[in-house]
Amino acid sequence: MASTQGPHATQHIVDESTQGVPSFEASGGDWSEIAEEALRLGEERIVVNMGPQHPSTHGVLRLMLEIDGETVTEARCGIGYLHTGIEKNMEYRTWSQGPTFCTRMDYLAPLFQETAYSLAVEKLLGITQDVPERATVIRVLMMELNRVASHMVALATGGNELGATTIMMHGFNAREEILKIFELVTGLRMNHAFVRPGGVIQDIPPGALDTIRESLGTIRDYMGMLGDLMLANPIFKGRLVDVGHLSLAGCMALGITGPVLRSAGLPYDVRKSDPYCGYETYDFDVPTSTDADSFSRVVLRLEECYQSLRIVEQCADRLQAMGPGPVMVADKKVAWPAQLAIGSDGMGNSLDHIRQIMGTSMESLIHHFKLVTEGFRVPAGQVFQAVEHPRGELGVHLVSDGGTKPYRAHFRDPSFNNLQATALMCEGGQVADVVVAVASIDPVLGGVDR
Amino acid sequence: MSDAKDAPAEAKDAAAAAKVGAGPVGTDAADTPQKGTEAALEAGSQNIPATPDAGDRPPLEVIDVRTGMFGVPGDGDTSGFGGLVRTVAMPSASERPYGGWFDEVVDILAEVLGEGGTAFDDAIERVVVDRGELTLYVRREHLVPVCQALRDDQDLRFELGLGVSGVHYPGDVDRELHAVYHLCSVTHSRRIRLEVAVPDADPHIPSSVSVYPGHDWHERETWDFFGIVFDGHPALARIQMPDDWPGHPQRKDYPLGGIPVEYKGASIPPPDERRSYS
Repeated sequence: MASTQGPHATQHIVDESTQGVPSFEASGGDWSEIAEEALRLGEERIVVNMGPQHPSTHGVLRLMLEIDGETVTEARCGIGYLHTGIEKNMEYRTWSQGPTFCTRMDYLAPLFQETAYSLAVEKLLGITQDVPERATVIRVLMMELNRVASHMVALATGGNELGATTIMMHGFNAREEILKIFELVTGLRMNHAFVRPGGVIQDIPPGALDTIRESLGTIRDYMGMLGDLMLANPIFKGRLVDVGHLSLAGCMALGITGPVLRSAGLPYDVRKSDPYCGYETYDFDVPTSTDADSFSRVVLRLEECYQSLRIVEQCADRLQAMGPGPVMVADKKVAWPAQLAIGSDGMGNSLDHIRQIMGTSMESLIHHFKLVTEGFRVPAGQVFQAVEHPRGELGVHLVSDGGTKPYRAHFRDPSFNNLQATALMCEGGQVADVVVAVASIDPVLGGVDR
Repeated sequence: MSDAKDAPAEAKDAAAAAKVGAGPVGTDAADTPQKGTEAALEAGSQNIPATPDAGDRPPLEVIDVRTGMFGVPGDGDTSGFGGLVRTVAMPSASERPYGGWFDEVVDILAEVLGEGGTAFDDAIERVVVDRGELTLYVRREHLVPVCQALRDDQDLRFELGLGVSGVHYPGDVDRELHAVYHLCSVTHSRRIRLEVAVPDADPHIPSSVSVYPGHDWHERETWDFFGIVFDGHPALARIQMPDDWPGHPQRKDYPLGGIPVEYKGASIPPPDERRSYS
């Protein structure tokens, strides 16, 4: 903890605005320490710096490996290369602007962050029961499709890192089908800002349910092909079976959740243990394995995709059965004043609403302006809301001071926590197994670094 | 460490005493900061939809007083809201019964702590039940035994440590930095929150890594963002920011940064310097 000048090429920035800021300096520079120690000991020891720009590290993840021959004797992670201060930024935006920021954290599972955040805001407001049923079903539908898309990328990139380009192509093709649905429903392929506090911003467009049902067949085909390619493939199994082992005790100690925990045998799934969005009313299973290795995690992810598709079908049936209805709370202090629609000019507008606020009702204009610029106030207090993210338990800790903006928004991202298992999974294995083990954790660095 | 016991449990008095002129904004009008629960409730509940459980909510703990309508200091007040005084308050200690399984968990924890020779009131400052969530405010010197009891006792079994994060309350005098722990019991399907408040001048909290090894990176992140020093942590280095970064960015006194955006000759200041509703 001594205040030392780190061995860095560039001096850190000192400017006026940071002068009075309380600061404690911790010397990092572990890389140079490792190098110096290696030099001093003079052993035949190699320290390999993998990443952050390395195709096999699943994102801008830096791995520092100490290797003895082909055996990894020590593995450490360096993260923070994608830190963008999203949590800090959220403190300067209104509660309704939050989804636009948190959707960018884990960019492969944007709808989970949005939903978790929105659920947390609703809990703070005490309007959880007021969210229309239709909005909740749409949220579940979108989240489960997103889970499939995310798992497809996990399998695809995992395969690609082993050199299995075909697995990658099939995985991304399957995801593409889902992204088309997302584009149809939200207008965007990712970073949707679709789920908002109080409901969802827009109803699904007419005909979307038919499109979704058609796509499910195509997605199933791709998943079948992926299963054929991976599950009995001797080369693939040779690389993954018994690699990246992490026992149940290790998982619990490190707070690991998601497919990695379930691969060790514990059927812990927030959708079952602490249901939100009415998950207790859907029929689905939580697959587990006791092999606790990378291969079982691939099998589990594939199996979870089939379970998610089951939920998607139930959602589609429910939406069909319930017919049109509101997708946002009725309270006009929270709900956006207008439902947008694509106009003839291709812009998202609501002509009726514009006619009202510009032509007939000054009060509507004032209300619109106040809600959009000031936002709504949320009673002081704090809440924690967990959802089952594709990578584990995503927790949102929101603190309100009674103002129009979050006082503090913290996301307990599952990738961030699960990456801690890297050392336990990799040490004692071979260098090539590091790639497999990290891929089986499936970290998304946008979520890790936030 | 030693003066932790002197940390005021009655933050209300401390907050009220130190609040004169503490508001970051507004005019120099000699507004007497309002104190007391009534004003706090008023402040916390304006312009928000009525909630069905509003009556059950615990009284609020005043942590700050704000004046004016807009959060940015320095610009002349042309709004007419300069005289507005509002208290910022968090839910304060709840009365028994807490409801549901909360009483059971608190009772068992008191019993387990008692067996270890610690009185419950020494270890836990207060118990807050708000919005269906249980929060225990733990005095820092008792944090590790409390975690140990919560994890190991078979009737508590909060075996999953979900992480640590911080909240900075500059207005909560001598308790500016809060570390927040979320624990989950897979066995009993329960969640609990621990909160430890420390003064900015002495930001030390014992590390919980010995009980929850998964808190390793979370404590590093909390150190990185808030400057809370977790004593006994195996390697408390920065994790998100570069090693040589000055300051702790999630603190409220740390600027957001950003550059003014110019568009057609007009300049829009960065988000933290814009006039906005506070």
